[in-house]
Amino acid sequence: MTSLLQSLVAALLLVNLVALGTSRIATVVRAVALQGVLLGVLAVAAHGGVTPRVVALAVASAFLKGWLIPVILFRALRQVGIRLEVEPSLGLLPSLLLGAFATVAAVAAGGRLPAAETRLAPLLIPASLATVASGFILLTTRRKAINQVLGYLVLENGIFIFGLLLVEAMPFLVEAGVLLDLFVGIFVLSIIIHHISREFATLDTRELSLLKE
Amino acid sequence: MPPLPVVLPLAMAVVVFLAPSKVWRPRLVAATAAAHLAATLAALRHPGEVSPAAWLRLDAPGRLLLAVVSVLFLACAVYSVGYLSYRVERANRRFCACMLATLGSMSLVAYAQHLGLLWVALEATTLGTAPLIYFNRTARSIEATWKYLVISSVGIALALMGSFFIGYAALLGGREASLLFGDLLASAPSLSKPWLRAGFTLLVVGYGAKLGLAPMHTWKPDAYGEAPGVVGAVLAGGLTSCALFALLRFAQITAAAGEGLFANRLLVGMGLASMGVAAALMLGQRDLKRMLAYSSVEQMGLLALASGLGAAASFATLFHLVNNALGKGVLFLTVGNLHRAFGGKTTAEVHGALRRLPLSGYLFLFGLFAVTGAPPFGAFLSELLILEAAFDARRFLVGGLYLAFLMLAFAGMGATSLAALQGRPPRSARDSTYRDSFTTFAPALALLALVLLFGIHLPAPVRALISDAAAALAVGR
Repeated sequence: MTSLLQSLVAALLLVNLVALGTSRIATVVRAVALQGVLLGVLAVAAHGGVTPRVVALAVASAFLKGWLIPVILFRALRQVGIRLEVEPSLGLLPSLLLGAFATVAAVAAGGRLPAAETRLAPLLIPASLATVASGFILLTTRRKAINQVLGYLVLENGIFIFGLLLVEAMPFLVEAGVLLDLFVGIFVLSIIIHHISREFATLDTRELSLLKE
Repeated sequence: MPPLPVVLPLAMAVVVFLAPSKVWRPRLVAATAAAHLAATLAALRHPGEVSPAAWLRLDAPGRLLLAVVSVLFLACAVYSVGYLSYRVERANRRFCACMLATLGSMSLVAYAQHLGLLWVALEATTLGTAPLIYFNRTARSIEATWKYLVISSVGIALALMGSFFIGYAALLGGREASLLFGDLLASAPSLSKPWLRAGFTLLVVGYGAKLGLAPMHTWKPDAYGEAPGVVGAVLAGGLTSCALFALLRFAQITAAAGEGLFANRLLVGMGLASMGVAAALMLGQRDLKRMLAYSSVEQMGLLALASGLGAAASFATLFHLVNNALGKGVLFLTVGNLHRAFGGKTTAEVHGALRRLPLSGYLFLFGLFAVTGAPPFGAFLSELLILEAAFDARRFLVGGLYLAFLMLAFAGMGATSLAALQGRPPRSARDSTYRDSFTTFAPALALLALVLLFGIHLPAPVRALISDAAAALAVGR
């Protein structure tokens, strides 16, 4: 079981780096979708036993992050018909290096914090911190509005990984509420993206500069 | 059975969304708001027997929050009947449904006793208000909505991380892992300190972004500036109060765990920074709505600072929260009227408001006094109490800076507002057809009367409501 967990976490961290280092938006969307599915598998693997709750959570999360949200994002991409490159304000290579550095730092920092048990925590805590950091890098270094949504998703995935440590303490309703809020958030954001492209004829968030002091 | 003040608005949001009549939708919203207030008063009077382990429970702080939200929302709902009848050309289906959904989620914040549920409710308030900011469908309002959504969502995602960290701190404490506030408070001393500190910091940053504390305040002037005035009132009076309540609950747990000094330092520091930044940006501000947004940043800074003064300032903090919520209601509702009468919201377009719109003009003027803490309004008393708490704790530098920033803010707001209120109205505004109507000025007048009453004589039930909440939040601090 531990080796499966280790490979899953390694795959998740690799996806982070793929998302940071790719120039095509569609590839980033697919990478984030893959990460969503991996999270679903991770949720089951992390809990050894196949309880209905864990399975429901895993299926809901994989369905939402692996299928529904990517569909919404691809639709938004088609509707606005934007050029499909990422256009980072920080180059792809530097942001990739930054992501790798953040991963190493997360592993180092995660090892220093006190942990409740030795099976899950030493894997999940660093993975969570590294994914959150990657999400932040995506959010802050990309110019297109849709990339910022993807960064937000990766950030949220990192938080989900941490949430797996609490799955016994977190009532199912709350988990469902978190997923619902995420879905509605992405939905509203994709509508706004559509309006941005209509009104500003671009998705470049640097153009969103009518409002300033 | 979930509580009525949560269920009623959510159910009515669906009804309103399906209602075919453009005229009746705002009226349904107002009727729902009135019913919500009635249900709130009933819940205040008979809290009912609920086991302390329940996720949904109206404790003393929740009662105060629910009452503030309900009163403010009723004023906004009545106002929006007049507002939407003036904007008949706009579709109002989404606006009305989202208003009610926001009311429902704000009520859920008041009831939530579980830290995860609290997060879900707060995120729902963010999502519910995004379409409201976008009501005018202009390029500027899209930009504002985008910034609001991205900054608030990321902020609130960090708050979720912080909530998880605190949950993990409880897990490490070895107790039966429960994430109910009552249990967390009782087991606070056993919480793991490093996780608690990290969690609280993330919560202050995350919910601070929602409050608009500097340096995460940048979305606030844009969102408040582009949203209709009535939405500004809901945001500045309702949503900020909800986020502050969440922060107060976590500050209490952190203090009870023996990390009070750390929590208080963080809150006082962020509070002073926000007050300073806001006061500086208010000077020379020409846009009335942006000025109000910076005033909100300043007031949230003030409240964060007051929360950091510990148990001694608990009553003053909550009293000020009430005054600020109602006072902001007065200002945002009337600034909306000025905006429509003058066709603009900067001092270049708006002047002579006292002559052109005497009712709204004078309401705005008195609302300004009420919010900046001039006597005899309630905010004067609460700001004085906060200053007293700072000086009693021998924190003279904090108290001194607090006073200086308050005066600066008063000067900045006063100069901008007087430029808009005095003088002769421009010809275009004199010819415009907009007139004050009962529904657009009476709600603001009612809110103003309340803050005035609270300043002159705080009625016993209101005092009890505030002091019970203050006592509950001071346990362990």
